[in-house]
Amino acid sequence: MKARVFVTLKTGVLDPQGKAIGHALNGLGFDAVGEVRQGKVIDIELAGSDEAKARGDLKAMCEKLLANTVIEKYEIELKG
Amino acid sequence: MKSAVIVFPASNCDRDAATALEQMTGKAAHMVWHQDSELPDVDLVVLPGGFSYGDYLRCGAMASQSAVMRAVRAHADKGGAVLGICNGFQVLTETHLLPGALMRNAGLKFVCRPVSLEVDETQSAFTRKYSKGEQVSFPVAHGEGNYYADDETLNRIEGEGRVVFRYAAGDNPNGSARNIAGILNEKRNVLGLMPHPERVVDPLLGGTDGRKMFESLIETLS
Repeated sequence: MKARVFVTLKTGVLDPQGKAIGHALNGLGFDAVGEVRQGKVIDIELAGSDEAKARGDLKAMCEKLLANTVIEKYEIELKG
Repeated sequence: MKSAVIVFPASNCDRDAATALEQMTGKAAHMVWHQDSELPDVDLVVLPGGFSYGDYLRCGAMASQSAVMRAVRAHADKGGAVLGICNGFQVLTETHLLPGALMRNAGLKFVCRPVSLEVDETQSAFTRKYSKGEQVSFPVAHGEGNYYADDETLNRIEGEGRVVFRYAAGDNPNGSARNIAGILNEKRNVLGLMPHPERVVDPLLGGTDGRKMFESLIETLS
């Protein structure tokens, strides 16, 4: 199985990098660009075919290491 | 006072810490590698500055999972003193020995210069030789020192007298919430701070404002 984990800053947590990216896009002439928030994508290959177990494991991975839940939230996408 | 300095791959202030400890205590610090699962019998453990594990994933995230951190946690749980400087502070928040997180500097730049700090709390093994409100100058050198915690946590640590150092008004180098530069855990035996007290213990190196931290520890722990 292949999993994709998205780690992004929680709403309300300042994202100076996202802000700088937004300014740069405005500078390139993309006037429609408003607030920009950036984050990480982590692709993980998993052995086995038990989807429920995989979801449980991925959640534990996010809580223990992949995300710092003080400042970040995560989403898990699982492909068969 | 017996001390140990933890060495992670890409720690780069471990020798600064060891030199300061030896100069202040007259005894060489034990250097403990990140794969060691036991600590020598010491009173103080220092987590030094640097870029442990190349700052992969998040600053301090990989180090928090290392074998030696289980031993450091056990040392702290027994009431042993732990001092985390710069990357060491990041490791302590990632290990949840201290609350909050250290984020990218608000100005996005790596900041390397002396900053003015105010000693906000002297009821600790780390700061008892300072006086409350005393202004000191320690250098900072970090790209991710922007202290963040939710309002409830900030109110709690302030209310419990756990904010030990603040950046002086107008001299906050990274956007830290409420100018916080260093905090204690609930039991007050673990201190994390972004500025470097170990770099200001010798006049030849530009200052001696950090000496009182080591003198406080020696007085408390010897």
